[in-house]
Amino acid sequence: MSLAAQGRRVVLAGLLLLGGVYVRALAFTPVERFQGPAQKIFYLHVPAAVTTELAVILVGLAGVFFLFLKDPRLDRFAEASAEVGTVFASVVLTTGPIWGKPIWGTWWTWDARLTSTLFLFFLLIGYHLLRGAVADAGLRARYCAVLGICAVVLVGFIHLSVYLFPTLHPQPIVLRPGAPGVPPEMLVTLLLSFGVFLVLYVGFVMQRYAIAQRRDAASHV
Amino acid sequence: MRELLAQAWTVARKDLLLEFRTRTALLSAVVFTALVLTVFNFGRDPTAVATIDLAPSILWVTFTFAAMLALNRAFQLELENGALEGLLVSPLSRHSLYLGKLLANLGFVAVVEVVGLPLFVLFFNVPVGPVLLPLIGVIALATIGFVAVGTLFSAMVVRTRFAELMLPVLLLPFLLLPLTYAVQATARLLAGRPLSELSGWLKLLAAYDLVFLGVASLLFPHTVDE
Repeated sequence: MSLAAQGRRVVLAGLLLLGGVYVRALAFTPVERFQGPAQKIFYLHVPAAVTTELAVILVGLAGVFFLFLKDPRLDRFAEASAEVGTVFASVVLTTGPIWGKPIWGTWWTWDARLTSTLFLFFLLIGYHLLRGAVADAGLRARYCAVLGICAVVLVGFIHLSVYLFPTLHPQPIVLRPGAPGVPPEMLVTLLLSFGVFLVLYVGFVMQRYAIAQRRDAASHV
Repeated sequence: MRELLAQAWTVARKDLLLEFRTRTALLSAVVFTALVLTVFNFGRDPTAVATIDLAPSILWVTFTFAAMLALNRAFQLELENGALEGLLVSPLSRHSLYLGKLLANLGFVAVVEVVGLPLFVLFFNVPVGPVLLPLIGVIALATIGFVAVGTLFSAMVVRTRFAELMLPVLLLPFLLLPLTYAVQATARLLAGRPLSELSGWLKLLAAYDLVFLGVASLLFPHTVDE
């Protein structure tokens, strides 16, 4: 079975599991006392945000290894991961305002966490634009690796400074010192959703990698 | 180390000499800065917002654009007659090439800022006298941050399509962070707050400079090698 076909199966499985997570989230997870049903979007928003960050970190790591090993597979992986990361970042930036409107009364606010996600989105868009603007394949791979590494460093910096600005955004509730701040049912649903998003990430990257592989093979003919 | 600095200085001197002899780019950048400041004057309602509230944004948006303009030309002039190849085959380490270009860009942007700051004070009637030294410190720290990343990216974008457009698209997300720090520090300075209130922002700026100077000088060789 080709990589693209395998990727399609993984994505299909991921989508079915995501449906399952939402059945659990809507029917078997308690409604949050203050936010009501709007909080249910949390099971999409938070895993998508974490997966975006993961995708960007992997782009940077692939960049570091590419500069040493010069292996085109690493560049193809970075290309795929960045594109899938962009999709997940769009999910974050779409679900966030949908939740923000009923809860905060506004679609958008220049809050540190919102702004940093927007940064990430712009960085990813710039990364794709750079890919499209370099004609030579070897040069393109190197430039993208350099930009990917710089992007990861910048994201680290943004994370540090997010904690210094006053924020409206809910604070991290799982990865924080002490016990998680949500009831166990919600936590299990959230963790299941994380797992499903990872499956989706892997499936999408497999398909996108297969496209890059075929394009590179075709350009050698 | 001495060798590195000597080589870097040779590159920087060459670039700056070229700029001061031809003067076209430098003059254009200075005029551009004056124009942006003028545009800001017409782009606001002086009866609605006090100048002092807007002043830090005006200063930093102007300097960001001016730096971008300066960085665009850093490697552009090496493209003519294959001058970059000449530099690369010369017995010059890649790190000193980066450092030299960085110094030349810093010099170029500094000249623009030296003209821009008095114009800003004149146009917007901002009392900078008592805080001039710390303000220059903030400007210097932020400019180093801008130029550290910008020099790296300008080496990449010269060999892309739409280089003039590509640099702002790639660079602006990286400039937003030092810009934020600099605006926060400048606002506190102009409001006459004690220096202890802005030491946090200055530390962040300094950290940004150090991290990106390090990252950019490590990555730079990969952007110029054939």
